[in-house]
Amino acid sequence: MDHWLSLVPALPLFSAALLGVAGGRMSERMAGAIGSISIGLAAIISCGILAQFLAAPPAQHLLAVSWWHWIDIDGFRASFGLYLDPLSLLMMVVVTVIGFLIHVFSSEYMAEEAGYSRYFAYLNLFVAAMLLLILADNMLVLFVGWEGVGVCSYLLVGFWYQDPANGVAARKSFIVTRIADTAMIIGLVIMALQLGTLHIQPALQQATTIWHVGGAMPSLVCALLLIGGLGKSAQLPFQAWLPDAMAGPTPVSALIHAATMVTAGVYLIVRTHVLFELAPVVMLSTACIGAATLLLASLAAIVQSDIKRVLAYSTISQIGYMFLAVGIGAWSAAMFHFLTHAVFKALLFLSAGAIASRLHHEQNMFRMGGLRREIPLAFWCFLIGSMSLAALPVISAGFFSKDMILGAVWQVPHAGQLLWLAGIICAIITSTYIFRAVFLVFFGPLKTEISGHYGLRMTVPLVLLAAGALGAGWLETPDYLGGATHLSAFLASAVGGVVAGSPGWAIIAAGMLAPLLGLAVAFALFKAGFWQRQSEVQPSVLRRFMAGGFGFDGLYNVTFVKPFFVLSAVLRDDPVDRLFDSLARVARQLHRSLRHTQTGQLRRYAGWIAAGSLATLAVMVFS
Amino acid sequence: MDLPWQMPVALSGILFVLGLGGLLARRNLIFVLMCIEIMLNAAGLMFVAGGARWGQPDGQIMLVLLLNLAAAEIAVGLVLVLRIRGQLRTLDIDDATMLRD
Amino acid sequence: MNAVFLISAGLSVMTTLLAITRTNPVHGLLFMVLSLLSMAGVFFSLGAPFAAALEVIIYAGAIMVLFLFVVMMLSLDKSSEKRERSWMSGKIWLVPVALACVLATEFGYVVMHTGPSSEPAHVIDAQMVGASMLTTYLPAVELASMLLMAALFAAYHLGRVTEPVARNKGAP
Repeated sequence: MDHWLSLVPALPLFSAALLGVAGGRMSERMAGAIGSISIGLAAIISCGILAQFLAAPPAQHLLAVSWWHWIDIDGFRASFGLYLDPLSLLMMVVVTVIGFLIHVFSSEYMAEEAGYSRYFAYLNLFVAAMLLLILADNMLVLFVGWEGVGVCSYLLVGFWYQDPANGVAARKSFIVTRIADTAMIIGLVIMALQLGTLHIQPALQQATTIWHVGGAMPSLVCALLLIGGLGKSAQLPFQAWLPDAMAGPTPVSALIHAATMVTAGVYLIVRTHVLFELAPVVMLSTACIGAATLLLASLAAIVQSDIKRVLAYSTISQIGYMFLAVGIGAWSAAMFHFLTHAVFKALLFLSAGAIASRLHHEQNMFRMGGLRREIPLAFWCFLIGSMSLAALPVISAGFFSKDMILGAVWQVPHAGQLLWLAGIICAIITSTYIFRAVFLVFFGPLKTEISGHYGLRMTVPLVLLAAGALGAGWLETPDYLGGATHLSAFLASAVGGVVAGSPGWAIIAAGMLAPLLGLAVAFALFKAGFWQRQSEVQPSVLRRFMAGGFGFDGLYNVTFVKPFFVLSAVLRDDPVDRLFDSLARVARQLHRSLRHTQTGQLRRYAGWIAAGSLATLAVMVFS
Repeated sequence: MDLPWQMPVALSGILFVLGLGGLLARRNLIFVLMCIEIMLNAAGLMFVAGGARWGQPDGQIMLVLLLNLAAAEIAVGLVLVLRIRGQLRTLDIDDATMLRD
Repeated sequence: MNAVFLISAGLSVMTTLLAITRTNPVHGLLFMVLSLLSMAGVFFSLGAPFAAALEVIIYAGAIMVLFLFVVMMLSLDKSSEKRERSWMSGKIWLVPVALACVLATEFGYVVMHTGPSSEPAHVIDAQMVGASMLTTYLPAVELASMLLMAALFAAYHLGRVTEPVARNKGAP
């Protein structure tokens, strides 16, 4: 099983290298096949490992592979290895399977695009880096993967690099996450210094023995790690990069900016949850940040006109749910929501891409409409995804995971009710904005002409993801629906026990009614023509403020970007260098005056030599 | 045999001064080289006078080495005179200013 | 011996003066030979017969003859002599004479302000010189031979007959 495990990240890496080196000389069909099949094989191997894990779990439910010693110096050792436990296994399966579906989708969606093989090389490289991040057995390897996915995100957001706006968006996403990563690497250094190792499991054990709950050191480390996670997962105050990252191709948004990479922050916290349990203050702030983010992002989503930006803000807010869950220690609930979110958000993005591909890449929802009968496949898939995102009771996957989170939040003492309130309000808003999108796009009069058709490679991934978005919720059900605990039991060995208890009927009912209420609001406003009029009237100040993501871009422009530009403008002239330049200038001036003595006349030279010697001699003689 | 030691030293000084003056004043390359010889010779006289003053052979040995130097210098110098004459068609050192900035 | 020294010294200063003021290089060289011969007399009077002999043989005999040959190869004529005279007239002597006077003052000062002689002069013959040269000064002699060899190569290399190169544009 060890060798099979090594193959999982190695296959995408190998095909990325192959496509990177020889992709330019391949046909589209060949490049697409190599890119997709490598991920497909990785997915098959992952599922095989999962099957074997379920059938005959290895000792202690974990599997470790050490590839080589990376750093071995006095007092610090780090090896390059993989560590598979139920948590990373779950992530690995999700990433490879959904990654495979998105690759297959892309191979048709991106057809005829310039840079087809480059696209697959980047995408494969991303999957490899993501798998390395997930399977890392120590924080350094995790960080390699962490930065690797950041690089791939940069490359893929700026995939259509001829348009400077895309380059700006790519740089923004890269730089914002790098700022957060700086905090993370500081946290890693402190960990290495304090705990003596960065191997995750020994470090966590060491932390529990030398640190006590609520201590300053674990709080500091957790806060720094949290900042890294917030950056990668686009949570407050780093959320500003994700909506702009939609400049990339839509399948990229589906894979990187919805299903996998942006949830790396959640994974990081769950991976080091032992550490976070030592820092209750950081846990609480994680929950609060999650709640604030999900509220802000869902409010911003309701006034967007670009369908991808709606989905981007919904991603931010859904990850806010996961942060809320990890903030209260509901690890398996967070991972459950990660799983369902990965499925339904990938589905939503791919459906959005499928719609846009028929409308000459139109993304403005106000210019769509009445597409329900024209492209039924996209309609049904988008609808299923929307139901799941809105968490319509029982029939959607999102319901179960969101319900699990909200139920757990309610039972947290002290702050629980407040956080729950934020969550439930957001559930209403979520339902409203996504059905607003559904109504605007698929109902009403037809506004655009439609071209093309869907091939098998686009249809099959959509259908499979739609099935997942409907059925994945049954892995983990509340007590009144059978009380299945497949997922939390599976994860129990990695992240601890199941959150027990039922929050009470009123809370359950509220959780069920909130999405329906949102749906009703969206429908009523659609019937009244409110949504449609949004495109016609001049947007109010408030709406512009919300649509722009609550002015964070402007705030950051004023507080960070402008001062940075001013500073760089000052430093461009290099004030320190002036000092050294002045030396050079003095030398040059001296040279200018002295060169007049260089006449080429031998007698003058001799005369000067004589005069100098005489002067020296005079000093010696007469002194 | 009671020559004051200042006498040869003064002679050496006079010759050196003459050589220096000629070196600076003359424009003909041949005379410039001659003046260098005069100055070298004056230095040699100083060596010999010093050797005589202290009764040591070292002064004369220095003169031998000086002769050696003069011979080497003049060989190269004269060849250069020929080359300059061949290329610049003149012996005027004020004309040979290719070293100018 | 004093008389020999005084006569030789006077002759040497005079001939040197004449040598550096001639317009015809051949005349200058002949006065130079005279100057060197009188210098040999000075050496002799200082009790250095070996040095005197070398001065005659090498300086007056070899080096000056070499000079003479070169001057002959230059094939100078009357016009060059006239030009030489025009160069020598006037203020061209001003700075050199001034510098020379300064140097002479310094020499005079040194000579005047140094204590009197105590040891009588005596003859140092070739044997003493040779014994010292081939023992104490052997490395210097070896170095001198290297210098001569280098000069030989340089003269040979530079003296090859080549086509005259067009005058450099930089020169006026």
